[in-house]
Amino acid sequence: MKQVHLAAHFPGVNNTTVWADPRSRSQIDFTSFADLARTAERGKFDFFFLAEGLRLRELKGRIHDLDVVGRPESLTVLAALASVTERLGLAATVNATFNEPYELARRLATLDHLSAGRAAWNVVTTSDAFTGENFRRGGYLDRSERYTRAEEFVRLSRELWDSWRPDAVLADQESGRFLRSGAVSAVSHRGRHFTVEGRFNVPRGPQGHPVIIQAGDSDEGREFAAANADVIFSRHGTLEEGRAFYADVKRRLAAHGRQPHQLKIMPAATFALGDTDAEAAERAAEIRRQQVGPQTAIAFLEQIWGRDMSAYDPEGPLPDVEPAVEQGVSQGRVQVSDRVAVAARWRAVAEEKELSIRELVIHMTGRQSFVGSPATVAAQIEEFVRTDAADGFILVPHLTPGGLDDFVDRVVPLLQERGVFRTDYAGATLRDHLGLGGAA
Amino acid sequence: MTRAPLHLAVALDGAGWHPAAWRDPAVNARELFTARHWAGLVAEAERGLLDFVTIEDALGLQTSRLDGPDERTGEVRGRFDAVLLAAALAPLTTRIGLVPTATTTHTEPFHVAIGIASLDHVSLGRAGWRVQVSARAWEAAHFGRRQIPALIPKRDTAGQWVPDEQARELIADLFEEAADAVEVARRLWDSWEDDAEIRDVATGRFVDRDKLHYIDFAGSRFSVKGPSITPRPPQGQPVVTVLDHGGSPVPYELPARAADVVLVTPHSRDHARDIVEQVRSRPRDGHPLKVLADLLVHVGDDAAGRKARLDELAAPPESDAYTFAGTAAELADLLLDWREAGIEGYRLRPAAVPSDLAAITRELAPELRRRGAFRSRYEAATLRGHLGLPHAINRYASQKADIA
Repeated sequence: MKQVHLAAHFPGVNNTTVWADPRSRSQIDFTSFADLARTAERGKFDFFFLAEGLRLRELKGRIHDLDVVGRPESLTVLAALASVTERLGLAATVNATFNEPYELARRLATLDHLSAGRAAWNVVTTSDAFTGENFRRGGYLDRSERYTRAEEFVRLSRELWDSWRPDAVLADQESGRFLRSGAVSAVSHRGRHFTVEGRFNVPRGPQGHPVIIQAGDSDEGREFAAANADVIFSRHGTLEEGRAFYADVKRRLAAHGRQPHQLKIMPAATFALGDTDAEAAERAAEIRRQQVGPQTAIAFLEQIWGRDMSAYDPEGPLPDVEPAVEQGVSQGRVQVSDRVAVAARWRAVAEEKELSIRELVIHMTGRQSFVGSPATVAAQIEEFVRTDAADGFILVPHLTPGGLDDFVDRVVPLLQERGVFRTDYAGATLRDHLGLGGAA
Repeated sequence: MTRAPLHLAVALDGAGWHPAAWRDPAVNARELFTARHWAGLVAEAERGLLDFVTIEDALGLQTSRLDGPDERTGEVRGRFDAVLLAAALAPLTTRIGLVPTATTTHTEPFHVAIGIASLDHVSLGRAGWRVQVSARAWEAAHFGRRQIPALIPKRDTAGQWVPDEQARELIADLFEEAADAVEVARRLWDSWEDDAEIRDVATGRFVDRDKLHYIDFAGSRFSVKGPSITPRPPQGQPVVTVLDHGGSPVPYELPARAADVVLVTPHSRDHARDIVEQVRSRPRDGHPLKVLADLLVHVGDDAAGRKARLDELAAPPESDAYTFAGTAAELADLLLDWREAGIEGYRLRPAAVPSDLAAITRELAPELRRRGAFRSRYEAATLRGHLGLPHAINRYASQKADIA
C-alpha cells in the first residue's frame, strides 16, 4: 500500500504562529527546536523543516511587529539538533542567490556527516533587492536569472559532493595512507554564474548528496523540481488541484531520465483536531481568529490595497476605497502583482458572503487544512495520498513547540493502523525514509 | 599578591597538530569524520574545566605548502565546517566555550554573524568566533569572485616568513575587511535590544520595533542594512578571537580594534613581553582584550619519546607557535614563567589527540590548580564568564539612555 510521508515545519515568521497562546514558548530558545524535533521523531516523521528569511519584513516602511519576528540560522540549529535526534531528517531552507556553492556545499556535506545521513536542502531563490541590502552582492540578480543560478548552483554542488570517492578516506595507520591516491578529483567549473576551480574539502557524506527540496508552482519551478529535486514542497489545497499538480510534475520526470518515485510531492498543511468533527471545526475557527487578530487583518488589507488602512474597523465592512497602484508598501513578502484585480476579487467575496474585514482576511488567507476528529483527519490524509493528490504533507503546527503533540499522539497511530505509515524507521538516512534510493 | 588564574584552551584540528598524529595507535583514525570523534575530545576538554576549545577551518583542502594544495595522501585531508561542528557539540556539553574558525575573506558577513549568534543561542552563551583571513590564491579560485595573487613566500634570517610588498598590501587589505566584518557582526548582534520581544497581547505586537535597529554599515567592500534576523544572543556579543603572529604589515591592529581575545605566538618570555607591549600599545576603544599565547605541545612523562616516534613517521610541522615537549610539571613551569610577561592564558595545540589532550586535562590542569593558577570548578555558565569579560553593552540601548 502506498505509504504516507510526513514532515514537521517549525512554525516561524508568519501569522500562522499563535504566539499569544499561553502554551506558546520561545521561538528562539534551542529547547523549542529540540522539543518539536523530538516529537516529530517520536511520530516517525521523515524530516524536520526550517524556513528562512534574510531580512525582517516591513509594512509601510516599518518593521512588521505583529507576527513572530526573528529566527536563528537554519543550518546551525539543525547541526545542534543532529546531536539530540537519531533518525529524523533535517531540512534547511537556504537561499541560492546570496550564497556561494563551495561554502554552502561544504556546510550541507558537514550536516550530512554530523547527522549520519539526514541532511536536506530546500533550495530557494530571490531577486529581491530589499533582501540584497544585507549582502555583498546586493540585489543584483534579475528575476529571470533566479532559476538559472539555482540550477547551476545545485549542479555544481553535486559536482563538489561527487569529487570525493565514497571510499576516499583509507586512514590506514600501518601503511600511512590517509587518502587513496586519486580519491579527490579536481573540480573545474566555468558557467554563467560561477567559476570554481580546485578541490573540495569535505569527504563525501553518508547520503552522497543531501536530499534536495524545492518549492515553486510556476512552470519554471516545476521544471526545476523535475530536473533537480527529491521532494517538492507545494501548496495545492483540494484533491482535484493536488491530483492535477501531481500528474503534471510526475509526468515531467521522464524527460530527465527519472522515475516517479524519485520525486516526492509534499504540500504544506495545517491541522485542527477535536474529539468530534464539530469540536474540531470550532477549534479551527478559533485558531484562525487567533492567527488573524484585528491588527493583523488590517495589515493584510494594507498589503493588498497598498495603502494605509489603519483608520478602518477590522470588525466592520470593507471600506469603499480603491487600491493604490504603486508597489512597495510591503517588503519581504510575496508582492501582489495586480492590486486592482486582487482587490476586486476580495471585494466580490466580501459582498457575496457579507464578511467583515477580519472575516474576509480569514476566508482569503486559509490554506490546506485537515480539520476533524483524529479518525477523520487520518482518513483525509490517506485519501490524498492514495489517490495521488500528494505523497505526504509538511505539517505546520500553530503552536511552538507543543503544536505537534496531538497529531503524533492521536493521528499517527491511526495512520499506522491503516497500514499507510511506518511504525518504525526502516533505514538510517533521510533518503531511506523517503524511499529515494541512493544518490545518482 | 594573588594572581588571576590562567585561562586555558585547546585548539582542535583533525587528530592533532603533528602531521603524523593520526597514526598514533591511540587514535581511531577512521572516526575523524564523525560527530563522535569530536564529542569525545570536547567532553575531555570540559572534564578538564578548560575555558574553551577552538576548531580550525579553511575554505580549501589542508596543505603544508604556502603556494597551493599538495597531493599528499599521507596526512589528514578534509574538514567539517567549523561553525556547524561547534553547533553539533553544543548540546553534548554544558559549560565549555565553543570557538569555531570562520574566514571573512570569502563569506558573507551577514551569514557569519547570524551563524555565530545562533551558535550562542544553541549553546546558551558559550559561543566564540575565531576570525580568519585567507590570502591563498587557490582558495579564492573556489569562489571565482576576487583575484588573489599567488604569494611567493620569503624567509628572513630568523627563518620567519616575510611577505613582499604586493603581499603586504593584500594582507593589510584583508585585515581591513576582517575588521569591517567584525564590526558588522557586533552591530548585528546589538541590532536587537535584549528586551525587544514584548509579546504584548493588548496591542497585538510581538516585538517593540523601536528596539530593533538598522545598522546601516557602509564600508569599502560591502554594506549591510540590518537588523539581524536573529535576536540578540545570550552573551550579547559572542567572544571574538583573532590569532595574530605579528608578522603582518599591520601587526596586532586587527585584534586591538576588533577582538576580545588575541592569540599570539611568543617563543620565549622576553618575546612574550615584547608582544604584550605591542598589543597594548595599539589604538583601541577601551574594551578589555585578553592576551593568550599559543603553544604546540607534546605533554606527559613520555612526551619526548612520543614526539620522536611521530617525527620519525613525518617531519614535524613548521609551526608558527613554540613547540614544547616535556612533562606536565615542566609545561606548568613555562606557562607560569611567561605569565610574568603579561600572558593571561594559553591556547594549547595538542600534537596528537587523545594522548596530549588527556595529558593537558588530567596532568597539566591539576598541576596548575595545585599551584593556585587554575580553576577547580566552572564558576560561570558563559564563555564571557569564564574569561572574566563583562556582558557586552548594547550600543543602541546605551545611545537611547544617553538621550534620555
